[in-house]
Amino acid sequence: MSRQLSIDVAIIGGGLVGSSAALALRGMGFTVALLDQGYCGAQASGVNYGGVRRQGRPIEQLPLSQRAHAVWPRLQALIGIDGEFLRSGHLKLARSEVDMATLEAYARETAEQGLDLELIGHNGLRERFGWIDEGVVGGSFCGGDGHANPRLVSTGFAAAARRAGVHVLENTPVHGVTRSGEGFALEAGGGLSLASRFVLNCAGAWAGPFAESFGEPVPLTRIYPSMVVTEPTEKVMSVNIGMEGGGIYARQVERGNLVVGGERALPLANADFSRPRGEGALAIMNNAAALFPGLRHLQAIRFWSGTEGAMPDRNPVISPSLTTPGLIHAFGFTGAGFQIAPGVGEVLAELVRDGQTQTPIAAFSIGRFAATSARTDAGSGAGQNQEPNQAGEIRS
Amino acid sequence: MPLLHRIARKDHRPIGFVLDGAPCEGREGDTLLTAILAQRERLRASDFSGEPRAGFCQMGACQDCWVALENGERLRACSTALVAGMRIVTGQRRAA
Amino acid sequence: MSERPQPLIVGAGPAGIRAAQALVAAGLRPLVVDEAPACGGQIYRQRLVPDGRSSRDLYGSEAVKAEALHRDFAALAGRLDYWPQSLLWNLRDGRADIMAEGTSRQVAYDGLVLATGATDRILPIPGWTLPGVFTLGGAQIALKSQGCAIGNRIVFLGSGPLLYLVAWQHMKAGVAVAAVLDTAPFSAKFNLLRGLPLFPEIVLRGMRMTAELRLAGVALHYGVGDVRILGEERVEGIAWGAAGSERRLPCDGIGYGLALRSETQLADLAGCRFAFNARDRAFLPERDAAGRTSMPGVYLAGDGAGIAGADAAERAGELAALALLEDRGLPHDAARAQVLEAELARIGHFREVLESAFPFPPHWATAVADETMLCRCEEVRAGEVRRAVAGFGVHELNRLKAVSRVGMGRCQGRICGAAAAELLAHETGRDLAAVGRLRSQAPVKPIPLTLALDAHREAAE
Repeated sequence: MSRQLSIDVAIIGGGLVGSSAALALRGMGFTVALLDQGYCGAQASGVNYGGVRRQGRPIEQLPLSQRAHAVWPRLQALIGIDGEFLRSGHLKLARSEVDMATLEAYARETAEQGLDLELIGHNGLRERFGWIDEGVVGGSFCGGDGHANPRLVSTGFAAAARRAGVHVLENTPVHGVTRSGEGFALEAGGGLSLASRFVLNCAGAWAGPFAESFGEPVPLTRIYPSMVVTEPTEKVMSVNIGMEGGGIYARQVERGNLVVGGERALPLANADFSRPRGEGALAIMNNAAALFPGLRHLQAIRFWSGTEGAMPDRNPVISPSLTTPGLIHAFGFTGAGFQIAPGVGEVLAELVRDGQTQTPIAAFSIGRFAATSARTDAGSGAGQNQEPNQAGEIRS
Repeated sequence: MPLLHRIARKDHRPIGFVLDGAPCEGREGDTLLTAILAQRERLRASDFSGEPRAGFCQMGACQDCWVALENGERLRACSTALVAGMRIVTGQRRAA
Repeated sequence: MSERPQPLIVGAGPAGIRAAQALVAAGLRPLVVDEAPACGGQIYRQRLVPDGRSSRDLYGSEAVKAEALHRDFAALAGRLDYWPQSLLWNLRDGRADIMAEGTSRQVAYDGLVLATGATDRILPIPGWTLPGVFTLGGAQIALKSQGCAIGNRIVFLGSGPLLYLVAWQHMKAGVAVAAVLDTAPFSAKFNLLRGLPLFPEIVLRGMRMTAELRLAGVALHYGVGDVRILGEERVEGIAWGAAGSERRLPCDGIGYGLALRSETQLADLAGCRFAFNARDRAFLPERDAAGRTSMPGVYLAGDGAGIAGADAAERAGELAALALLEDRGLPHDAARAQVLEAELARIGHFREVLESAFPFPPHWATAVADETMLCRCEEVRAGEVRRAVAGFGVHELNRLKAVSRVGMGRCQGRICGAAAAELLAHETGRDLAAVGRLRSQAPVKPIPLTLALDAHREAAE
């Protein structure tokens, strides 16, 4: 069976970045195909922790993060569901005075960025967040941050794109992309051939080979963040919790379940999939019991993990190709893509329409690896045993 | 009226426990589920709508019979043997 | 002896016991992990304390088998390791995470026999979450293991051999059985005659039970549909459709089940390949006649590998153990394996007969009302599932779970998974096989946040 499809923009990867770009492009009048080798939103975009957090990001990400920040409250209008987005605030905790100093320094550096960070000392924590273990020294609170349900948000963007007229093609892996005249020819699963003027490489942990095939190898690796969810309980945690230096992040959803992450999982025999290690899951659980003493009797009911693309400098690639006009990359979010993804989608749409964007993205150029010997190390599971740290916090 | 009716072990040794603050008696050989449902007709409230529930599979599969001790510890009633002095809480309906 | 880790058997029911016995007979020292406090599985479950009733009272015609299994397992003491009241909650890379005596131990194994059994298969109907409604298996456990009746006037509802067995056991115990409501038509029972040449004693026993129920004045209704369980705070009655009108019956306890479904979570975590089984209407781990899975060193036995009953489980347990011995290059009784395979094949044929006599209700997914609770953990109603299917355009079961929460709660879809698959297939116009299966996730049952890893405990001394 062979089919042909001719569109303006072909998007490889139906995660949150690809889906939100598809929706934005369709809104501008482009014809769009969104291709996913599996199901849209079924990988890192849909199984991440669900933190909607600006606080803690590298300063170069903040303009983009602020742009996305404006999208989150509009989800209902944009995709027809609110995605359980809750502007709860994000509280980043410090275990020690040294960590507290790091939080203070971050607040100073980002003072002009509009995060409105509030530094809270030990006594303040006891008064306002008495459910946190009293050994915590202090914290930094970002009242405008929050959390949302990734399962709904990523699937919801893809569903909205489909309703808007995007050709959403699931279970359709892209086998090859080549330059063809002024545009591109794509060979995909099911005997599908596509012709497009633009290609967006939003393939997450699978993006490396596409970049490399256009002469742009990248040092993309994979990480497998681990998550635990508990049974529901009465509402205790009012804010999304992070920890300076990493190790644990936690939130309580409106229905009452705690979602806690921190350790790294290991890939399965098929390295596209992963599952938490038993001892890693226990470590997450024990950490949560210690940090939230009043919730220590909860039962863990499910663990999960996802496959995420990671870059060595922990910044994503969001960049027009330097070798091929019409090709744009957006991948490698290194465990921190969920909040900014809807902003990235808008930026990608502008890059297609205008060839430029007002949002600064120079720091995310694919050219920044040209000097180093780039090496794609797909499936190695590299970084799995690293202590999770600030930027490695999965998508919070 | 209780949900379960004893047809054996009626005269086994009584085992005292506390159910939602009130002293109760089960029998030696009881699971928590039996001890509670031989007293009353519900075991817990469902998590989200607060519907009455009283277990379902009795073999540790459906997970619909979790109760708590007063100290917060969770117990699956169908697969936990009654121990004298247990202080069981069932009425933990979550705040809406 | 070699330095290889010991084989691990999960489940101490008929399959696990016979597997353990065969491994011990060959000189191996298996570790048997079981959630229950005593061996026997669900069907031959033991009481926590003696209660004056005999084995005959508890297990009826199967008392001899039950006693033999309990006795034979007890006789293995000292030659195996046995962890009762222990939950194997995760499997990875040849290691098992097991919660036992309040801590979690990581155990390396060489050879894994999964004898994880089955639970009742359920299709949700209005009122099924009310206090007083239990599975058929649950009602049977209350009666046999706890010496309790789930009501003073009980209705048994559903289909499958267990329906009549459990009703009969209650009647024999002196409990008032108000009615047996069989969702299958009476005409289906004629199929049982085809089973006569295979297992005459089982067919005749079933007929005798039915006759005794009738003689005792228990109403038997066939082809029952449109069932509603009545009551606000607990079961007060049951209503069903018959010949165009609604019939009602007051009752205070209901046992419900539509045959059984396999517990396959651990096979999934072990990495076994699954295939759709049309007879059981479920994805089951693939296995050969001896119980070998797609994963080397992982074996399946008993109802956890497909529903076949306790007699088959005993044979499959022994056979899986023989396969494990053969694969290890150890002496094993090949002639015995052939006999067991032949017996299992005969039971398999009989299973086909039973399936035709107790067929799966064909129109549930069409008829289930939007208000009916589908997932009792997450409290997701059928209408919410229908809206999620339409709104998100999903047509695969894990995607449905992601957007609707069906199967996401404490039980991980054990109870609602089969129904969710039926409903998704119906709503999308796809085959049941095409909507896939819920991927299993650790922990297979809830474990406390404070569960500590006990690094110093080893499986074998």
